[in-house]
Amino acid sequence: MIPTQYHEANRHVGVPKLPTGIEGFDQVTYGGLPVGRVTLITGTPGSAKTTFSLHFLAAGIREFEQTGVYVTFEERPADLRANATGLGFDIPVFEDAGEWCFVDASYDADPDVVNTGDFDLGALISRIDHAIDQVDATRVVLDGVTALFSHLPDARRVRGELHRLMNRLREREVTAIVTAERSADEGELSHYGIEELLADNVVIVRNRHDDEKRRRTIELLKLRGAPHQKGEFPFSVMPGQGIVVIPLSAIQLVQSSTEVRISSGVAELDEMCGGGYYRDAVILVSGATGTGKTLTTTHFVSAVPDDERALLFAFEESRPQLIRNARGWGMDFERMEDDGRLRIVANYPEVAGLEEHLVLIKNEIDAYRPTRLAIDSLSALERSGSVRGFREFVLGLTSFVKQHQIAGLFTSTTRNLLGNPSVTDAHISTITDHIILLRYVETAGRMRRGLTVLKMRGSPHDKRIREYTVTESGLQLGPPFQNVAGVVGGTPRQQIVPPEVEHAGAPTGDGQPG
Amino acid sequence: MQAFRLRLFVCGDGPRSESARSTLRRLVEDVFDEDAYELEIVDVLEHPDIAEEHRVLVTPTLDRLAPGPVRRIVGDLSDLDAVAQGLGVQHRDGADR
Repeated sequence: MIPTQYHEANRHVGVPKLPTGIEGFDQVTYGGLPVGRVTLITGTPGSAKTTFSLHFLAAGIREFEQTGVYVTFEERPADLRANATGLGFDIPVFEDAGEWCFVDASYDADPDVVNTGDFDLGALISRIDHAIDQVDATRVVLDGVTALFSHLPDARRVRGELHRLMNRLREREVTAIVTAERSADEGELSHYGIEELLADNVVIVRNRHDDEKRRRTIELLKLRGAPHQKGEFPFSVMPGQGIVVIPLSAIQLVQSSTEVRISSGVAELDEMCGGGYYRDAVILVSGATGTGKTLTTTHFVSAVPDDERALLFAFEESRPQLIRNARGWGMDFERMEDDGRLRIVANYPEVAGLEEHLVLIKNEIDAYRPTRLAIDSLSALERSGSVRGFREFVLGLTSFVKQHQIAGLFTSTTRNLLGNPSVTDAHISTITDHIILLRYVETAGRMRRGLTVLKMRGSPHDKRIREYTVTESGLQLGPPFQNVAGVVGGTPRQQIVPPEVEHAGAPTGDGQPG
Repeated sequence: MQAFRLRLFVCGDGPRSESARSTLRRLVEDVFDEDAYELEIVDVLEHPDIAEEHRVLVTPTLDRLAPGPVRRIVGDLSDLDAVAQGLGVQHRDGADR
């Protein structure tokens, strides 16, 4: 992982890059694909190679006025046009405008084609050349070259001719991608060793099955002479948008290190935090069900200044419920919505996979431009993915939020009522700047509630556990618990305190034995 | 006998191209009367648009257009038995195969 202050410089090192226009891909490659070169995209059937190819050409036309040639070896152009429509690309419009040209190199299943001797792929190469001239192409796709090998008798000859074709593409100075098939996510990179022709630039797409959930990932195996991010990155295929790659990185280490504080919505909580949350903080609020996470979220969202906006994603309650709750605590969500200061998005977690959720959240953020984001709760999304997928989701989300200098508050539900960190906590706690714990405290036959600020990166804070109650004005902080240990750990127990100490300046009757 | 219509696609003047052209010429002269066939030769380098129209990938490619149905033969035609089979004709043994 290249630290941010270096990666800017690295953009200028090595082969110049062509921005693809595919969201997230240009980030993980630090700029796009090597200009004027050919890159191999290899993957198992159904791993989105064709989708990537279609998006690559469409984005070229839409974002950069770069025309393209699509050479298809497996699917017919009519089927590709139909596919593309689902992704949001209107190919016939591009074709009519002379910006997109198909070369149909697909084989009909014709058992009667007879082979009579040596051959070459001169016609294919000539047709591609011609197509490049027709639209003055900058981008070229060769989608499904593996099919050539299945139809022609001499693999060595086919490979030699493909090599000749690659050279020709380089002579034409187009930036090209070639897609090839493999049978498994690991092992041999492609059937027929196509990667040997394109040894320098190899990208792998996978459609992994992880804990019964599907995870699409893209890996930059090699990009000649150019630094790029390593490892697999999740991506999503979004209807109407195409491919969205989620760059998980610690680029968020670019901290503007703001000292500016914002209010949590509860003045005493701000004091406990040493002045409030930081404006670009990631805040985790963790507690069992019923401890007031939604309440804390409601305060946070309501406290957004008049000229800014808050975006709330709810995965456990409906919008009407949230509005009703808020009203019960003295906060008017409906008026905030009317004023344009609040947007509530409520969804069942099951409606989409994690990558889709992440893209949906990002799209909302891009469209609405909030300064505060709240997700209640992050734990509800845990069931939408595998453990690994969820971790990546959390990384991707917090990374994105930090890059946009948004204050992000995420709630996490602990599994048992008295505490113990949740799975979400484990994933997120190292990334968070502030952690607030809400816990039940069992004392003297009653269930009370305690709040503590566990972590305030970069700031002194109140380390005591304070009792709180919920009233029609929302969260009310009370005095600190005394003589009760183990609240945070989930097993509160009362300490026996000698009477002299007990009566020396103890405030109210908190935690007294008997 | 119905006239044969053949279209041969070649790529420039290379050895495969030459081999296919000469083999084909000899073959048709052997097999057919002069009026009974039409042979068109298309150089894909000069006419990529025609190659595109007929979705030709490989050169040489020989299409038998008539009598129908359309049959396609690929390769430099050095395997005469295969060529004959593909065209649906009998060839006589030539002195130089």
